[in-house]
Amino acid sequence: MSPWIRILIYLIAAPLVGGLLAGWDRRITARMQSRRGPPIFQPFYDVMKLWEKQSLVVRRSQNFYIVFFLLLVIFTGALFFGGSDLLLVIFALTLAAIFFVLGAYKASSPYSFIGAERELIQMMAYEPMVLLTAIGMYMVTKSFAVNDIANHPTLLVLMLPGVFLGFLYTLEIKFRKSPFDLSCSHHAHQELVRGITTEFGGRTLALIEIAHWYENVFLLGWVYLFFASMPALGLGMSLFVFLFVILVDNVFARLKWQTAIKSAWLAALVLGFGNILVLSLLSAKPAALAAPAGGAVAKPAAVETVPAAAATPALNQANEIAKRN
Amino acid sequence: VTLILTLILLPLATGLVLLGLKSNLPRQILVSGVTLAVCGGCVVLALMPTPVKLGDLPVSQHGINLGMLLVEVAMSLFILYVGIRAKKPLIVLLTLAQAGLMVWFELTAGKHLEVAQNLFVDKFAVIMALINGIVGGGICIYALGYMREYHEVAHRDVQDRRPLFFALLFVFMGAMFGLIFANNLAWLFLFWEITTLCSFLLIGYTRTDEAKRNALRALVMNLAGGLAFAVAIVFLHRQTGNIELQAMINSPKALVLLPAALLCFAGITKSAQLPFSSWLLGAMVAPTPVSALLHSSTMVKAGVYLVLRMAPSVAGTKVGMMVALVGAVTFVVGSLAAITSSEAKRVLAWSTVANLGLIVLCGGIGTAEAVWAGILLIIFHAVAKCLLFLCVGVVEHKLHSRNIEDMSGLVVRMPKVAIMMQIGMAGMFLAPFGMLISKWAVLKAVVDAYPSLSVFIAFGSAATLFFWVKWMGKLIEVVGTGERIKKEMVLGEAIALYGLSAATALACLLFPLISIRFIEPYVYEVFGQAASLGEGNVIIMTAMMGVVMLFPVCFIGYGRGVKVMDAYLGGANVQSSVKFRSIADSVQDVSIGNYYLHNLFTEAGLARWGVISCSALLVALVTLAII
Repeated sequence: MSPWIRILIYLIAAPLVGGLLAGWDRRITARMQSRRGPPIFQPFYDVMKLWEKQSLVVRRSQNFYIVFFLLLVIFTGALFFGGSDLLLVIFALTLAAIFFVLGAYKASSPYSFIGAERELIQMMAYEPMVLLTAIGMYMVTKSFAVNDIANHPTLLVLMLPGVFLGFLYTLEIKFRKSPFDLSCSHHAHQELVRGITTEFGGRTLALIEIAHWYENVFLLGWVYLFFASMPALGLGMSLFVFLFVILVDNVFARLKWQTAIKSAWLAALVLGFGNILVLSLLSAKPAALAAPAGGAVAKPAAVETVPAAAATPALNQANEIAKRN
Repeated sequence: VTLILTLILLPLATGLVLLGLKSNLPRQILVSGVTLAVCGGCVVLALMPTPVKLGDLPVSQHGINLGMLLVEVAMSLFILYVGIRAKKPLIVLLTLAQAGLMVWFELTAGKHLEVAQNLFVDKFAVIMALINGIVGGGICIYALGYMREYHEVAHRDVQDRRPLFFALLFVFMGAMFGLIFANNLAWLFLFWEITTLCSFLLIGYTRTDEAKRNALRALVMNLAGGLAFAVAIVFLHRQTGNIELQAMINSPKALVLLPAALLCFAGITKSAQLPFSSWLLGAMVAPTPVSALLHSSTMVKAGVYLVLRMAPSVAGTKVGMMVALVGAVTFVVGSLAAITSSEAKRVLAWSTVANLGLIVLCGGIGTAEAVWAGILLIIFHAVAKCLLFLCVGVVEHKLHSRNIEDMSGLVVRMPKVAIMMQIGMAGMFLAPFGMLISKWAVLKAVVDAYPSLSVFIAFGSAATLFFWVKWMGKLIEVVGTGERIKKEMVLGEAIALYGLSAATALACLLFPLISIRFIEPYVYEVFGQAASLGEGNVIIMTAMMGVVMLFPVCFIGYGRGVKVMDAYLGGANVQSSVKFRSIADSVQDVSIGNYYLHNLFTEAGLARWGVISCSALLVALVTLAII
């Protein structure tokens, strides 16, 4: 498939898939809380309704930032699905997020301001791990191009178990779900009102929603990349990760931002950097990497349990903190 | 050769003339004229094919050497005097050691030494010359307007010593040209010491106690670097019988490793890497043009220039690794420390320290890719950082504060300066502009050479993002109605600021061209292999830049189709978005402040750890080099 066709499919299908996922999210969450939940298409209805509303603003230019947020999120996804350089994709995503934050600053309301600050802290928390993920993928495939990474014959997750877990941790932040829904909570009226999106309404809020759909699809696409050599497994795992994020959202209370940044950086250091360190030591002895695919499956599987075990204390710790809060 | 000599000597001579000029008008004419001439000279130089063929010098070499020795001795005597008067035994000791060493060297070995090429101009030197000429020149013109306001309005208590101030600016500039073009290390050393002395005098310009203290600190640290430089020259002569920069780079690594390590050490002191970063932070007490000069076009750039020159000699060695680590640690510590400060100049200073760390990291790695990225960083950093400093200077005069919290709503109060500041910041960290391109290149270079070092970049750049965006947010956020300040800047300031904004934008847009025309040939010359980002990526970058630059177009639809409301304050608005009714019917003001993460880490704590670890690394560096 030529990259242009892939981009076209992404542009059209991503909001549909993203919206449906959001619908499922609400449905599953409701079931976990013994509610019935809205229809699957509810997110679309919401966006359509928002679209019809009057546009209220505090500062006249605040909506422009959001338009660019959406544009750049789409751009990011297009770069990714077009098979471009992974680092470039990350930078584009960061740029998009910065526009979002600047829009909230521009709105000049105390609540959106704190939301913006917290969003920045969250960005600072996940950025290292996201970069390390790209670097880890590069070390295995010797290329930053998404295209080459996707077509690489090895199952990346086997070489990058730590990176994968670390990435999973940052996904919790990126999806803006509990325990990291610090900057804008989806749940009812809370200490920050609606945080970063407090002063946005009408079409602009609809645009933010659509941007999140695009963003989520792109993130799940990145999860797929870890399993790209076995497409069916990849799709399954992407879906599984999404369900996992919903589960965590419902199990955990919100953490403080201090905990968020400390734990995310710890995860990046231990899981991400640890994995990369091991890889760089291994590649010093290239023989270890040259094992045929069959052999590789058995061996690193044992390796995978180690970081998983290392992760459990961290998770337990997080759990305790959540309870204390 | 005339052009080169003019570039070096004209600013020096101008400096001497300026020393005697007491009135404003002739000074303005002279400064503007010489700046234009120097900029013109740099551009002409840039258009020449390199390496520029240099004819023989008009004077005999030994005569020049003798003259230089005299200048050096005179400088040493002056520094000795300063050291004794301030009762700083360390200054006296360091000066005596390095002066004694150089005099002994010149009188014994130097007599018989035949240096084939005293000056040398390659693409890298041309780039540095352009930065020095254009950015440095911009600062001089800015200073004309700024210093007038400084003495006549803002700081009446400070003694007016403008003749000395402008003289020093130009001597500094001339010394920097000399430093860039020198191939004879003894010459380079002389210019190196001149910049040290100039920076000492400029930092101490206001003669307050704090200024004096900080100036002395800068002097001590740079003298330590100077001593390392002197020792390096002596050792290099012992090992190879030669003191030429070009010859040194082409010598086998094992032979020149020790001198190279010492020169890297000197570069690290000058570019204010940890553990020496405190002198640059202290340098903020000086008037803004001085900070801008030290941070962007001269001084610290001299340090990284030397480190990047040493790159081929230390690449792949343990020494190189140590240099890279010093840079990497400095980058992370500097970026984190910048988060904790609310003072604009301090944030900028820490960010300079961090970015220089990145460049030193490139030099330590020393591969073709890394050096390419390092040079790109130097260019972007010089332009954008200078712009930011000068903007802060203007804001400080108008708001009488350089606290970032006080800059809230600047976009309404001083729209022009605020927009230029935004341009500078975008150039400093935002994709797809300057610094980010370079950071990306650095990341690639690091991953190829030492993958584990990439973790420093990952954490450091995350921190960078935080402090820049929160500052940007502060500028655009508007609480209440800010009064528009009438005259934002005077003529000299305006010329410099507009010019530098244009230069920042141009550098970002034209970076592929700069790379092809200057950096790639240099890298190819030195390493025999080319480095770049790949054509496809550059196209995507340019596309992205196009998208972002469309942003101002939005403002055509400013205020159309929207209804303006008060912000939600959690209580009834009493005065639009500024006051609200709170508990027990009390009326509360809204105040919004940034996060500084003080409960996560403090500036002092970070600096302490940084100093300890980097000192250890430097000890390791020297030890490894000796072994």
